[in-house]
Amino acid sequence: MSNRLSGNEAVAYAMKQINPDVMGAFPITPSTEIPEYFANYVADGEVNTEYVTVESEHSSMSVCIAAQAAGARSVSATSSCGLALMYELLYVAASSRLPITLACVNRALTGPININNDHSDSMGARDSGWIQIYAENNQEAYDNILMAMPIGETPQVRLPVMTCMDGFITSHAVENIELLETNAVRKFIGEYNPENYLLKRENPLAVGPYDVSAYYMEHKVLQAEAMKAAKARILEVAAEFEKISGRRYGLFEEYRMEDAELALVLIGSSAGTAKAAVDQLRADGVKAGLVKIRVFRPFPGEELARTLAGTRAVAVMDKSEGFSANGGPLFAETRSALYDLKERPYLINIVYGLGGRDVKTEDIEKVFGRLADIAVTGETHPVYTHMGQRSKEEIV
Amino acid sequence: MSRVYNLKREVEKPVRLTGGHRLCAGCGAGVVVSGVLRALDKEDRAVVVNATSCLEVSTFMYPYTAYMDSYLHSAFENSAATCSGVEAAYNALKRRGKVEGTVKFITFAGDGGTYDIGFQSLSGAMERGHDMVYVCYDNEAYMNTGIQRSSSTPLFARTTTTPVGTVGQGKKQNKKDLTEILVAHNIPYVAQTAPIGNFKDLHTKAYNAIYTEGPCFLNILSPCPRGWDYPMERLAEITKLAVDTCVWPLFEVEEGVWRLSYTPKKKLPVAEFLRSQGRFRHMFQKGNEWMIEEAQQYVDQKWERLLEHTGA
Repeated sequence: MSNRLSGNEAVAYAMKQINPDVMGAFPITPSTEIPEYFANYVADGEVNTEYVTVESEHSSMSVCIAAQAAGARSVSATSSCGLALMYELLYVAASSRLPITLACVNRALTGPININNDHSDSMGARDSGWIQIYAENNQEAYDNILMAMPIGETPQVRLPVMTCMDGFITSHAVENIELLETNAVRKFIGEYNPENYLLKRENPLAVGPYDVSAYYMEHKVLQAEAMKAAKARILEVAAEFEKISGRRYGLFEEYRMEDAELALVLIGSSAGTAKAAVDQLRADGVKAGLVKIRVFRPFPGEELARTLAGTRAVAVMDKSEGFSANGGPLFAETRSALYDLKERPYLINIVYGLGGRDVKTEDIEKVFGRLADIAVTGETHPVYTHMGQRSKEEIV
Repeated sequence: MSRVYNLKREVEKPVRLTGGHRLCAGCGAGVVVSGVLRALDKEDRAVVVNATSCLEVSTFMYPYTAYMDSYLHSAFENSAATCSGVEAAYNALKRRGKVEGTVKFITFAGDGGTYDIGFQSLSGAMERGHDMVYVCYDNEAYMNTGIQRSSSTPLFARTTTTPVGTVGQGKKQNKKDLTEILVAHNIPYVAQTAPIGNFKDLHTKAYNAIYTEGPCFLNILSPCPRGWDYPMERLAEITKLAVDTCVWPLFEVEEGVWRLSYTPKKKLPVAEFLRSQGRFRHMFQKGNEWMIEEAQQYVDQKWERLLEHTGA
């Protein structure tokens, strides 16, 4: 069935179809609508979820951790500072191997306070042990929520999943999307039947030990192995999902990459803009292509290296500033992934779109223009730059 | 409580906090926890939640747990939210026919995890009305990190962040009245107790808290031999002194009705409690008599106020 939904409503609707056991709910722009929509489903008896209206995101994630450990399926939604407030508990969730589903509606982190989109919130949590899957549009936001539980709950994975979409651009824009029938969703998701949980009557369980140096490292290695195992499971779930939806997903999307010489690597809604620019350049005879990263954790390093192997120049576009003075987080991952190639493309990093700064097709075309020069001259300096900001002179 | 208290019968129940945990000898926490868990009916199960604390690191060090019941520790400041999450899961799974039987939800946290860093989480969970018991084992400082002051530390007490020096005379502020703040949440049951005598007061209040529907709060005095600086064998005696000096009065508030649980036959001078512990030693130096007077005045004031509340 086709429907006109905002990204937030699409995510809330997916959660309604899943009918999770517990939801931790706390408002923050731009994700607020998700718990609001869900509250209406609760009020109308369309779900029988235990809807816990906590006093902070810290408690929201605490509730999810506890509920999931108790044997229940738990979900939540947040953005920006809300995710930052959860930070400590993101690690607890992942290390306790609790497959919670969290919808992150990406928004810039304070300060200064800003409610618009960039990826600084979820990028800050990239090393917390959560699987991270990013959406380009409303359809993907909806689909990613449906795939989260089959991925995270698999015994060899057992990791929490953060599905991300761009604040306002995706969360508030209304698009036509295809929804699955609720029965099909329920069948796809299945029942949550963990092997061990707090409320298992015949076998009490203790979760969250003080872990001394004699054991801690083994537990971390197990967690690292689980993240490695997640990659295959993500592809398996995508294949199963394609069977019921007709929509195909991978670790990333390659757009006109077959013979591409110049390529962009980026995340999220900017892919739509970039695709339009690529089409225009292709029409002009430029061999341009795009890689849209869908799965950032686990990072598809080897696969990405294979895809970019034949290109001559690549611009990695980060929608968050890592303040490493050496480029953004996507750039660091991508450059590292390409290191093992015998012949590497030239690589630059462009940080863009911070705090909702718009990016247009002309901007993307300019990036490709620079890549075309680099492909000829080999001159990548300066490797790491920002795009879209006014110059100091303009500000004065 | 419906049944007559019988210590012998209670201690014959199977233990729910086993021995062999790593709490110090002379620590009140283990006594408090086993005392509260003993109030559970034998056939009922519990999920025990801990804030990060001495208790947590001493009773669940991987791969050993001291608890016979299911147990969850997540972080320092979120034990109330955590307990509410388990309760929410129970309600959801019960509704969906996925769990059976009665399960009770009990959180234990120290005063640092309750009066201070966990205060927001506690207030939120109480306001939401989860069917749970929150137990603060109050040892009046951050003991797990090495005796730093909390908002529960009493006036003049020496801690590692309120040291006694040429100018400093211990903590400058009085103890926060958390029990009264919890009363202001209008929850069904709030009580203050301590492990003294035959444990009847602690047991009865724990039973009431566990078997009263809705959020219930127990504040239980839990002396710490390291932080309070007393010989471990004096635990019971010092706890009793706290009660008999009215430093730690025993009372309960059920559906808004205050009741005094214990009136000392002879209200002892506060100095007797203070003298029993090294953390107050400087108060007994010549010239510091005013400190003892001030401490006495404060306790008297609080006691009078409590008598007004309880109509005793």
